[in-house]
Amino acid sequence: MSIKVLIPTPLQKLTNDKATVECQADTISALLESLDQNCPGIKARLCDDQGELRRFVNFYVNNEDIRFLEGKSTALQDGDEVSIIPAIAGG
Amino acid sequence: MTQSILTQNKTAYFKGLKCKECGTEYKAEAIHVCEMCFGPLEVNYDFSSLKGRITRKEIESGPNSIWRYRQFLPVETNDPIDMGTGMTPLLKSHRLARQLGLENLYIKNDAVNMPTLSFKDRVVSVALTRARELGFTTVSCASTGNLANSTAAIAAHAGLDCCVFIPSDLEAGKVIGTLVYAPTLMAVHGNYDQVNRLCSEVANTHGWGFVNINLRPYYSEGSKTLGYEVIEQLGWELPDHIVAPLASGSLFTKIYKGFNEFVEVGLVEGKPVRFSGAQAEGCSPIAQAYKEGRDFINPVKPNTVAKSLAIGNPADAVYALDIARKTNGQIESVTDAEIIAGMKLLAETEGIFTETAGGTTIAVLKKLVEAGKINPDEKTVVYITGNGLKTMEAVQGYISEPFTIEANLDSFERALERSRTLERLDWEPVLV
Repeated sequence: MSIKVLIPTPLQKLTNDKATVECQADTISALLESLDQNCPGIKARLCDDQGELRRFVNFYVNNEDIRFLEGKSTALQDGDEVSIIPAIAGG
Repeated sequence: MTQSILTQNKTAYFKGLKCKECGTEYKAEAIHVCEMCFGPLEVNYDFSSLKGRITRKEIESGPNSIWRYRQFLPVETNDPIDMGTGMTPLLKSHRLARQLGLENLYIKNDAVNMPTLSFKDRVVSVALTRARELGFTTVSCASTGNLANSTAAIAAHAGLDCCVFIPSDLEAGKVIGTLVYAPTLMAVHGNYDQVNRLCSEVANTHGWGFVNINLRPYYSEGSKTLGYEVIEQLGWELPDHIVAPLASGSLFTKIYKGFNEFVEVGLVEGKPVRFSGAQAEGCSPIAQAYKEGRDFINPVKPNTVAKSLAIGNPADAVYALDIARKTNGQIESVTDAEIIAGMKLLAETEGIFTETAGGTTIAVLKKLVEAGKINPDEKTVVYITGNGLKTMEAVQGYISEPFTIEANLDSFERALERSRTLERLDWEPVLV
């Protein structure tokens, strides 16, 4: 199952400056593990010591915030696009 | 040569950027997110050389704009972009105060801020001054309207290229009030949170300075001037209580920071100030978290007439919650009907036509007073951050119609009689 992940600038040092990475995963949790295997250290940037997503990280699956879906358990389908976006001030 | 002249002309009190969460330090560049923990970066100052040395007199003799507080803002130049932004009136309220039963109410009126009639001119003046210092020639933003107006206008004044992004359903006044400055305007199908997400993906691809993304640490500091000015205009005193609108939560936290900095350098005597925030019920993730005792928010999909407050995923919510709780303040939300009533109340009692965000703030002020959450003698400052002429659609249908008459006395007298009947009908229910 191939998932396209959009990597934000602050993390691109860990992806050899690549803005997108392809991953194999069926949930967001699995995606975090898969990302960490490809780009060691990236999970620690996105998750706290308890393994929960840090509070200023937003994950989107095909334009929808995963907090409106199933959070880290959100299922992924082949061809889905996942964006990782830092929280942004307004407006 | 040029370099050394520039250096001689600079006096900066900021050292760099620092993560608000984990404390990692960075250079003062166009970045806004901590690489280590994704926390927001904030400007890091060293005020030790200002402490006890900067005087009230020195500030009072500065420009009649936010730049009288230049030492407290994150720019190096002595020649900032100054369109007369800031130093808006602080009005002592009589009629609104009496109606609400308050004795010590002040209105900070940024509905008449320059050049584009909202508090955003403060943050944008700082952001674009810093953008120029960092070498940007194109500036940009994601906006619910007011920020678009401000960025486009101040960019035009400074001769910077400008591309702004807004949700496609904005009020006509905000669209025209942006286009007139001839920026490139992208009206995106989607809500503000979606516009913002798009912009954060665009931000690093074109080398533009996005005022609320990669320039955010500098930009947000501009809101501190709403704290400084209130202190100065109250005669160098802190208020007891402030009520301000909450969208992303940034303004709220920066007023708090502004108050604390003036205490830190000895310009004002410290005392507890209560911080209360206002949200629209159709977009109230911070008010909901406050009520439920949570220290995190659940994002919402906005549906409210208060479009300038319609941020469903507010970035500074956790800090706003913390400030409201530790200062013994409140975070409250009001319905769209209450927002419209708030706009009308402020207009009819004080002669100030604010936009929906201001209506939200007045409605929350009223709600807090009625719930006994504001003491009548507390020195309370309510922040009005935008102008009603930009959101006229909101009040259409809720205000009266003109009397169309012929150009003769008879027609006038008949209409006058009719208007008096209407007035009686209006206040009769109140008397019962």
